[in-house]
Amino acid sequence: MAPVITVERLTIGWGDFVLMHDVSFEVDRGDVFVILGGSGCGKSTLLRHLIGLEQPLGGTIEIAGVGAPRLGDGAPPYGVMFQSGALFGSMTLSENVALPLRSWSGLDAEAIDAVVRDKLRLVGLDGFENHLPAEISGGMKKRAGIARALALDPKLLFLDEPSAGLDPISAVELDELVLSLNRNLGVTTVLVTHELESIFKIASRCIMLDKEVRGIVAAGDPRTLRDTSTDPGVRAFFNRTPRGDA
Amino acid sequence: MDTHADTYSLERRTGEDDATTIVVGGVVGLREAVRFVSELRAQVAGSPGRVVFDLAGLEEIDTAALALLLHEGRRLSPPAELRGARGRVADVLTLYREAPRGSLRECPTGKPVFVQVGEVVEGLWERWLRTLSYVGECTAAVGATLRRPQSVPWRDVVRIMERAGADGLPIVVLISFLIGLIMAFQSAVQLQQFGADVFVADLVGLVVTRELGPLMTAIVVAGRSGAAFSAELGTMTVSEEVDALHTIGLNPFRFLVVPRVLALVLVLPLMTLIADLTGVLGGLLTGVGILDLTPRAYLIETRLALEPWDVFSGVFKSLFFAMAIALIACERGLSTKGGADGVGRATTSAVVTTLFTLVALDAVFTVIFHLYGI
Ligand SMILES: Nc1ncnc2c1ncn2[C@@H]1O[C@H](COP(=O)(O)OP(=O)(O)OP(=O)(O)O)[C@@H](O)[C@H]1O
Ligand SMILES: [Mg+2]
Repeated sequence: MAPVITVERLTIGWGDFVLMHDVSFEVDRGDVFVILGGSGCGKSTLLRHLIGLEQPLGGTIEIAGVGAPRLGDGAPPYGVMFQSGALFGSMTLSENVALPLRSWSGLDAEAIDAVVRDKLRLVGLDGFENHLPAEISGGMKKRAGIARALALDPKLLFLDEPSAGLDPISAVELDELVLSLNRNLGVTTVLVTHELESIFKIASRCIMLDKEVRGIVAAGDPRTLRDTSTDPGVRAFFNRTPRGDA
Repeated sequence: MDTHADTYSLERRTGEDDATTIVVGGVVGLREAVRFVSELRAQVAGSPGRVVFDLAGLEEIDTAALALLLHEGRRLSPPAELRGARGRVADVLTLYREAPRGSLRECPTGKPVFVQVGEVVEGLWERWLRTLSYVGECTAAVGATLRRPQSVPWRDVVRIMERAGADGLPIVVLISFLIGLIMAFQSAVQLQQFGADVFVADLVGLVVTRELGPLMTAIVVAGRSGAAFSAELGTMTVSEEVDALHTIGLNPFRFLVVPRVLALVLVLPLMTLIADLTGVLGGLLTGVGILDLTPRAYLIETRLALEPWDVFSGVFKSLFFAMAIALIACERGLSTKGGADGVGRATTSAVVTTLFTLVALDAVFTVIFHLYGI
C-alpha cells in the first residue's frame, strides 16, 4: 500500500547533541503504527518532528498529500494529541473540542455543539462538557485531548501515550476506539505506547527506538518481533525483564 | 570515640601488603550518613596505596549513605575496593552498581573565560535573530489580519481590553492624580519665590499631557498587563498549549499576539487621556489648596497653556507604547523555556525590557518633536 508517511535518513538533535541518527521508516495507509522505546529515547521528540513542530538536523519527512510536515494557517491535515493532553486551560472541554470546528468546519453553532457532544461521548467524557481542564483528572485530560484531535475527523492521527495513566478499563476502551477508527473510517494512526497488551491488540507495525543505538533497533509486526528478534533490548521489552537477564 | 550513640563502627587497619583496610560495622542510616562519611574520609586521608573497605560487619546501610561511601571510594586513586558485603547490604550494593552511573558524576567545572564570553555573544546573536523572525511573523500576522478582520478573535480583544483598561483604571487614576499633586507642590514652592504662582498650572498641564501622563500610564499597564501577558503566554508555551494551537491550524500570532496588541492599542490612548485629566486635577487641588488660586483661574490658565497638539502628542506616543508593551510581553512569553521558573524569568525579563523600551521610546519622541519644533 502507498505510504502515508515516508521518513528518510532523519537526524534529530540540538547543537552537538544527536538524539537520533539516520532513521528511516514508512507508515502505510491504514496502519496502526506504534513507536516503542525506553523513557527518554526520543519518542515524543520524533512525533514532534513528524507533525512539523520541530525541524530535523538532516533527512526528510514526507506526508502524502502534504509534503514536508508544516504547521501554518489553515485546516490541519492531521489530528494530534500530546503526551500531556495540552488542553487550553482557559477553555472548557467543549470549547476545547469546538475550537478547531469553529475555525475550520464552517458548521453553525448548533451543529458544532452536536459534534462536540458526540466526540466527547466517544472518549467517555459525556457530562463533563462544561468542566475546565483544571477540574478533571490526568487521564481525562488525555481523553479530552483525543476528542479534540478527532474534532475534524482527520485521516491521520498522532497520539502520544494515549493510555498511560488510564485505568485498565478506559485503556481497553481507548484501544477499541483506535481500532474502530482504523477499521471503519480508515484512519491511519501513529502512536506511542508502553502497554504490551495494547501493542499486540492494535499495532499493525511497530518500531523500537533505542537511546544507545540512536535509532531504530527493530521494526515490524509486534508478534514476529517478540518471537524472532535476537536483540536483547527488544527481547527484554517484550518479556518484561530487566535488560541484563534477557 | 565521640559522644554520639554510634550505630556504626569504623576501624582502620594496615595490612602487611601496605593496603589500608577500613572495617565498617553496624548500621548506617541517613541520619548518620554525613558524620559517617566525614569520619571515613578522615580515616582514609593520608593512606598511601590501596584502600579496602571491608563491609563484612555492616548489617544495614541506607542508599544515600551507600552512595556517599561509593563516591568516597571512587575519589581515591586507585579507587577503593569493596569487600565482604553480606545480606541486605550486598543487595543494595548490586542495585547501585547496576543502575546507570551519571547521577554521581562530578559537577562540571567552570568554563574558561573566553568560552563564557563566546557563549554570551552567541546567545545575544541568537536572541537577536529570534527577535527579527518574531517581528517578521508579527508583521505577516498583522497583514493577514488586516485583510481578513473577521479572523480576529474579537471576543478575546474585548476581554483583554476590559482587564487591561477597566480593571487597571483605578490605579492609573490614583497615580496620575498624585503625580499632578506632587509636581504642582514642588513647582509651587519654587515659583512662589518669583510671584509666578499661576504658572504652576502651565507647568503641570504641559508636563502631564506631554510626558508623564502617557509614560506613567504605560508603566502601570506594563506592570499589570504586560506581566500578565507574558505569564499567560509563557504558561501556555511550557504546557504545550501553543504547540497544540499550531496543530489545529491556528497561528499563535494571529490568535494570541494580535488580540493583545489590538486591545492595548485601543485602550491605552483612552487611559492616557484620563490620566491627563486626573493629573491636571491633582495640580488643581494643590493650586487651590496652597496657592490661593481659584479653580476657575487654574483651569483657564491650563487651557491657555495647552494646545491641542500637547494632548495629542501624548496620545500619539501612547499608541507606540501600547505596541511595545504587548509585543515585548508576548515575545518573552512565547520564547519561554523550562517550567514554572521559566515563566517567572520570562515575566521579569518582559517587565524590565518593556520599562527600558518605554523610557527610550519616550526620549526618542521628545527629540523628534523638539527637532520638528512641535
Ligand atoms: N529542546 C531540547 N533540547 C535538548 N534536548 C532535548 C530537547 N527536547 C528533548 N530533549 C531530549 O530528548 C530526549 C528525548 O525526549 P522525549 O520527550 O522525546 O522522550 P520520550 O521517548 O518521549 O520519553 P517518555 O517515554 O518518558 O515520554 C530526552 O533525553 C531529552 O532530554
Ligand atoms: Mg514522551
